Amino acid sequence: MSASYLTKRVALIFYTLLIVSLIVFAMTQILPADAAVMMLGENATEEALAALREQMGLNNPVWTQYLHWIAGVFQGDFGTSLRTGLSVGPVMVEALSRSLLLALFSICLMLFIAVPLGILAAVRRGKIVDMAVSLISYVGVSLPEFVTATLALLFLADRWKLLPPTGYVPLTENFWDGVAHLIMPAAVISIILVAHVSRMVRSEMVDVLHTDYIRAARLKGLSSRQVLWGHALRNALLPTITIVALDVGYLLGGVIVVEEIFAIPGIGRQLIIAIQARDLPSIQAGVLIMAATYCVVNFIADILYSLLDKRIQYD
Amino acid sequence: MTDFIKRLMRSPQGAIGTIIVLLVLVAVAFGPYLAPHDPEAMSILARFKGPSADFLLGTDQYGRDIFSRLMIGARSTVIMAVVATLIGTVVGALVGVTSAFLGGRADEVIMRTVDAVMSIPSLLFALIIVNLLGSSDINALLAVSIAFAPGMARISRAVALSARKQDFVSAAIARGEKPNFIVLSEMLPNTVAPIIVEMTIRVSFAIMLFATLSFLGLGAQPPSEEWGLMVSEARRYMHISSWILVWPSLAIALVAIGFNLLGDGLRDVLNPKT
Repeated sequence: MSASYLTKRVALIFYTLLIVSLIVFAMTQILPADAAVMMLGENATEEALAALREQMGLNNPVWTQYLHWIAGVFQGDFGTSLRTGLSVGPVMVEALSRSLLLALFSICLMLFIAVPLGILAAVRRGKIVDMAVSLISYVGVSLPEFVTATLALLFLADRWKLLPPTGYVPLTENFWDGVAHLIMPAAVISIILVAHVSRMVRSEMVDVLHTDYIRAARLKGLSSRQVLWGHALRNALLPTITIVALDVGYLLGGVIVVEEIFAIPGIGRQLIIAIQARDLPSIQAGVLIMAATYCVVNFIADILYSLLDKRIQYD
Repeated sequence: MTDFIKRLMRSPQGAIGTIIVLLVLVAVAFGPYLAPHDPEAMSILARFKGPSADFLLGTDQYGRDIFSRLMIGARSTVIMAVVATLIGTVVGALVGVTSAFLGGRADEVIMRTVDAVMSIPSLLFALIIVNLLGSSDINALLAVSIAFAPGMARISRAVALSARKQDFVSAAIARGEKPNFIVLSEMLPNTVAPIIVEMTIRVSFAIMLFATLSFLGLGAQPPSEEWGLMVSEARRYMHISSWILVWPSLAIALVAIGFNLLGDGLRDVLNPKT
């Protein structure tokens, strides 16, 4: 991997964030309501509104407002929430840390289920097991998160009392209780990913099992277990990294719904609250942070991929 | 055409998908005539009833017949998803094919911008647009179409690029055909198939996305029979009767599975190589 490739990739991330910031800013500009009215309420005097507009820079041209906002973002200042009056940045970063914990938990859970399922389906191709895995994956991709989340709450928490219902417990406060609260949301998020990734692992594995080096390993007299785990798996799993990274987009969308349903104070819930309250600085910050997360994850995946697979040369 | 249908029905995905989608289309077209009860007729005496001969799937919190409501709701749920996917596909295909046609630096800039838009989760995109424009059916339609366009642009560009490299296109160029003949008669028929496959699969995403918007209170509004809204309303009463929650959930899942299967079946028939 060359330095010029890295520079290009980093430049691309900045270009992406520039476009996202322009889109978000443009979207919040079409909002009919006046930010000053939203802060002070309908009954505010005209003088107070005018003073606040002046203070917030709402009388300036749109471009000046955008530049002022983006300059602040570069210094880590995302503005002040119209709803709470708090600084948006720290609130969002704290929320993001909770969401990342949930996302990480979901990805681990997903890999733990999807990889064995995919391998099993590939090894038993065309048999009952293969068909069962493919059925599971069809059902998995066809269930929206809010449906699985609601059904999980109804049966696992409400009827059978296996898991605690909604809420969030920090891991530092009570580790096992915190983990118990994370299981259901993480399981719900990972269902669609399991369906997607297990299909990918299956098709990669089927391809790999037909290559010459696998035949050579078999002819060499290695046991089928050695061939599978020692030779095939590593090569089949490499492309999965890219798939998982691209799926982070879905994951972040899923996080929004799941956090709302399970009352987890992450960035998704913050965003929904902000959107419902039309709290523009919070919406802008939240979307930008989500897009940045997506870019960074994909960047890391690309680098990881080229480190693990020496055949891939980026230039 | 009959050969095409025969091949589609030979794969299990194609056959099951076609049957489910046809059933759904029957519900969309004739739902109001097939519904055994008035979907808005309330009855205090018949609330939270389980499935019975009279109420096939039971009744909801107002004593309304769930089966009738599902039949009526099929229209708003499915038509919206199909129309949004169509609009998103047309817009995306225009951007993608134009980008492939222009090539060079313009192509690079357009595609990097499309990638940038895709870094915003489509649900979030739709949520913001609907909230800023106001929650209504038309705005939800617009939001989902816009959210779908970048993905379709990426795919149609890839397809258009590979079609341009085909031998028959080079042959047409060598024969001295006019550019619009090449684009319309040689390239377009070969780009349509993969786009239709992708579109069919996307319909199931669209159904899920609309249902999620309604669930979050930003799509259809009560007393609409939209399925996502039915799930959302049922949540409050799920402790009393789980049927009112389970049926609309199953309906959403069934339609999404149907379009997914049909899409995969079509893919097998239309591009046998992959």
